[in-house]
Amino acid sequence: MGSPSYWREKVYRYRLIAKYCENCNKKYYPPKLACPICGNKELKEVQLPRIGTLITYTWVTQPTKDFATQAPYVVGLIKLDDGTLIVSQLTDVEIEELKDGIRVEAVFRRMFEEGDSGLIYYGTKFRPCLFSK
Amino acid sequence: MKTFYTVSIIGYGAYVPLRRIKAIEIARIWGKSEKVLPLEEKSVAALDEDTATMAVEAAYNAILRAKIQPNEIGAVFVGTESKIYTVKPTATVVAEALGITPTTLASDYEFACKAGTEATQTCIGLVGSGMIKAALAIGSDIARGRPGDELEYTAGAGAAALILARSGIYEDVAEIEGTYSFVTDTPDFWRREGQIYPMHYYRFTGEPAYFYHSREAALRLMNELGLKPSDFKYAVFHQPNSKFPQEVAKSLGFTAEQIKPGLLVPLIGNSYAASSLLGLTATLDIAKPGDRILITSFGSGAGSDAMSIIVKDGIESKRDLAPKTMDYITRRRYVDYALYAKHRSKYNK
Repeated sequence: MGSPSYWREKVYRYRLIAKYCENCNKKYYPPKLACPICGNKELKEVQLPRIGTLITYTWVTQPTKDFATQAPYVVGLIKLDDGTLIVSQLTDVEIEELKDGIRVEAVFRRMFEEGDSGLIYYGTKFRPCLFSK
Repeated sequence: MKTFYTVSIIGYGAYVPLRRIKAIEIARIWGKSEKVLPLEEKSVAALDEDTATMAVEAAYNAILRAKIQPNEIGAVFVGTESKIYTVKPTATVVAEALGITPTTLASDYEFACKAGTEATQTCIGLVGSGMIKAALAIGSDIARGRPGDELEYTAGAGAAALILARSGIYEDVAEIEGTYSFVTDTPDFWRREGQIYPMHYYRFTGEPAYFYHSREAALRLMNELGLKPSDFKYAVFHQPNSKFPQEVAKSLGFTAEQIKPGLLVPLIGNSYAASSLLGLTATLDIAKPGDRILITSFGSGAGSDAMSIIVKDGIESKRDLAPKTMDYITRRRYVDYALYAKHRSKYNK
């Protein structure tokens, strides 16, 4: 992914901010330019909860080039505490620790980098909650 | 040094990565004796962690405790010797991730292991002059040690953050009673441009560097404030290994009990710019209102910042608003040398 588009999305990626359609009472993450239901372009930025529940997950052993050094890693479908569903990489977790329904929390981590001399890209991942939440 | 307005810590936060490697495992790889290891184990940052990510988590915890809106913070200073870029600030990434941008000062500080307290001193000055309302000082480092070098046993990772503001405006955690900075040109440890690992001169490591600067900063601060070691409930010194902080504390007249809560190096290694600040956050986690704490950092090159702080009532309601330092230290996962090398990018890609 090129740096201009990532740079435009940094606030959403760094801080877990979604777009919200007041007409449809729907939150979109990743954010959308317009509501896919009613076409409303006046979407508001809202902070998503940083805690949720792992619905399901997969173990990635054959990643794309950008994520090659991180393999093996986990990608999960997470239901945040406000009901928003998001797909995110999980970190600080081993496969044997994973099970559907565990509580997870957002953390700020490196996503990938453009080789040894290019930019470093950051974003939100999830890890098992440090404490019961 | 004292400020025009009294300054207090209104929030503090810590972060230590999940992974640990035992010193005995490093000794196994290099065929070193187990009898002379400088500590038990050290923290290991994951592949997706760096100075910025650790700084963000520590600062996030500090903001939770400060109960402050991020946009009220007028300065973000990250003290580190493991900047994420040689040219491009770590502090702007951290400020953006925390929602502090765009109206803020943001910069990286470098003074080996005292860059975190150097950042703190600047924040105290900015807030104490009335120039800004609140400031965020962070020490964050993933220390580097050449494979097989003595530093590899101790070079750990971690971050600590303090939010400072004028006393009495927010709920104060601890008041800054006074500070003292003491520096000279001493070549005990350095890393040249383009080099991955630092170098060190044994000739300067102990007495001319660590002990002289730590002792002078602490003694001169106590003299300036008219205090003696027994006036402090706790003391924290920079922790390059297990032996040095205990020796300097003893030489100044502090007891083992006074330094115990903040002595983290046997468990996480030397977290460089975060080292003494993590000792302070661990001490604040157990301190009571009225307790006086001495913190003395040390940075190679060389210098020390000493600060005397007095714990305030706000500590009681704020300490449980975020994970404590020992919460991070006691959750741990051990890795062998092979996984440690992978996480620290010691393999050629």
